[in-house]
Amino acid sequence: MKLLHRFNGGIHPPQHKTESTRLPILSAPIPEKLVIPLHQHIGTSAKPLVAAGDAVLKGQMIGKAEGYVSSSVHAPTSGKITAIGYEPAPHPSGLRDLCITLEPDGLDAWIERHPLDYLNMDPSSLRNRLRDAGVVGLGGAVFPSFIKLNPGSGKKIKTLVLNGAECEPYITCDDMLMRERADEIIAGAKIMRFMLHAEEVLIGIEDNKPEAIAAMRAALKEAPFEVIPVPTIYPGGGAKQLIRVLTGIEVPAGERSTDLGVQCFNVATALSVYRAIAHGEPVLSRIVTITGAVNKPRNYEALIGTPIDVLIRLAAPVKDSDGAIMGGPMMGFELPSTCVPLVKATNCIIVKSATLFPPAPQPMPCIRCGKCAESCPADLQPQELYWFSKAGNFGKAQEYALFDCIECGCCSYVCPSHIPLVQFYRYAKSEIWAQEREKKASDLARIRHELRVDRMEREKREKAERLAQKSAQARTQMNSEEET
Amino acid sequence: MIDAILVMSGLALFLGGVLGYASIRFHVQGNVLVEKIDAILPQTQCAQCGFPGCRPYAEAIADGRAQINQCPPGGDANIRKLADLLGVEFKPLNAKHGAPKPKSVAFIDENTCIGCTLCIQACPVDAISGAPKQMHTIIAQECTGCGLCVAPCPVDCIGMIPVPESISTWKWKQPDYLMGVA
Ligand code: SF4
Ligand code: SF4
Repeated sequence: MKLLHRFNGGIHPPQHKTESTRLPILSAPIPEKLVIPLHQHIGTSAKPLVAAGDAVLKGQMIGKAEGYVSSSVHAPTSGKITAIGYEPAPHPSGLRDLCITLEPDGLDAWIERHPLDYLNMDPSSLRNRLRDAGVVGLGGAVFPSFIKLNPGSGKKIKTLVLNGAECEPYITCDDMLMRERADEIIAGAKIMRFMLHAEEVLIGIEDNKPEAIAAMRAALKEAPFEVIPVPTIYPGGGAKQLIRVLTGIEVPAGERSTDLGVQCFNVATALSVYRAIAHGEPVLSRIVTITGAVNKPRNYEALIGTPIDVLIRLAAPVKDSDGAIMGGPMMGFELPSTCVPLVKATNCIIVKSATLFPPAPQPMPCIRCGKCAESCPADLQPQELYWFSKAGNFGKAQEYALFDCIECGCCSYVCPSHIPLVQFYRYAKSEIWAQEREKKASDLARIRHELRVDRMEREKREKAERLAQKSAQARTQMNSEEET
Repeated sequence: MIDAILVMSGLALFLGGVLGYASIRFHVQGNVLVEKIDAILPQTQCAQCGFPGCRPYAEAIADGRAQINQCPPGGDANIRKLADLLGVEFKPLNAKHGAPKPKSVAFIDENTCIGCTLCIQACPVDAISGAPKQMHTIIAQECTGCGLCVAPCPVDCIGMIPVPESISTWKWKQPDYLMGVA
């Protein structure tokens, strides 16, 4: 039995998980129309490879990774491309993003698939496969996985952590996946271990999921893989928090766990690694929990690009339902509209109703009780961050390690004054990013302006020199004329 | 008596030397200060501050010839940074120099353009491409939105278009609520 460590802070909100785990995962039907955003991952948007009118097969790449930090997107089923254009995206802004619209033909005809025998391949060609297969972190961060599977030269990854903690209330997609497809998750973990040359693989699962723990243990036969039940506490599934619990390693501010020999992946990501390598299948669908104010909460396996309102209708929303949250109640965001597609990041849709989510109480002034700091799993001082963010003093907020905040919402949850603390941190972070973008643009403008000034001065000087030369010539000519 | 005079004049000479050295040092720091101010200014090069560009304005601030609140594109956020840097009091933007506008880029109506090159000569960051008698185009990523090309155009074919918000430039808004009272 492994000795577990713990992290500071954390909370125990009501879990609301049993509602959506009573029924097995159900395949959602192929909808009439799929809208596939080209930007579903961290990094550069994929470049469209198809045009309106093209016929595509299931699994065909329709958007190619562009630049290093990027990932590809694929046709989730066979059919015809009807449009490439800006469509409403599942984003808190409600803005549009570049999407490919696909009209399924109902045949669901696959493109030719090429399974790889990974044991006889070098990790770099395996990474290329994962990049081309659109494999990204399915825990919600959607960072391209092939990058995390490249530890870099000279770096040694000792421990591979698989994250099956799933600590946020309402979300059960990983739980159901582990119960039903443990074999494929373990197969994926083996491939990842091979790519990283990791010594051990620790699979952390919160102890509120006994079925998943049993299923994963049954699928595991050999060392050095180990399933480890971890205490149920939110946010125990945060990467840094889970690493700390399992290994005792504390990842310091601004550092990555890779530098300390640990790499962490979500269990669903391991499964897509397996499908991509061993079956040649790109990421075309994902498991999503549809829960909240619905009569039939459960997990669906839905094609990427399926309209979220179609999925909500499958789950039979209650009468007074109103709007939806993408992600969990702590870290998710309210969808400005449900007429947006399911993307690789959509782990959960919580349908809202006034009974389930009553309006937030009136915020009151901070009484400096310090409860927020006690609950913060990142060991920050939320009340100070709040103060600086609110005052627009972003430099100070950064000094207080604003960017170590994982936006878990524990501080807002415990605040007796009901201050929406995390909203202030999101605001401050996006202001700082905007300032950095502006700084880059203004540095470019400065260089261009200086080059122009230099050029104009040079032109002026050259003109003056030419003139001087001309007049000198004229003078010598005159002189010689006079002499003759 | 003579000792005291010697000591005092020696001291005076020494301190004079120190001061002279310090003034040279200070001069160098002056340039560093200009760099630091220039790094804060938005580099729009629009000249609304009353100087022919961001760098000349930075020099004027460093010399005390200009106030810190003369730059409309930088807005209050930049004035605050300048105030921090110089250790002076923040003051709101001087409306005489204009109001902050949303970031825009120039757009040339290519059907009307006669290829006169006047806008190219006006653009402070070489963000317009074109040749005599050829239609001109704005390189949108490089346009600072200063608007200096609009006035010289003899056929009025340049407009300033605000840059629309996209998912990658969208920002979370500051939470807006009325604080309750205990
Ligand atoms: S929990 Fe709320 S009231 Fe207490 S110190 Fe933190 S912000 Fe202030
Ligand atoms: S949201 Fe940020 S500040 Fe608040 S508890 Fe979580 S990590 Fe700490």
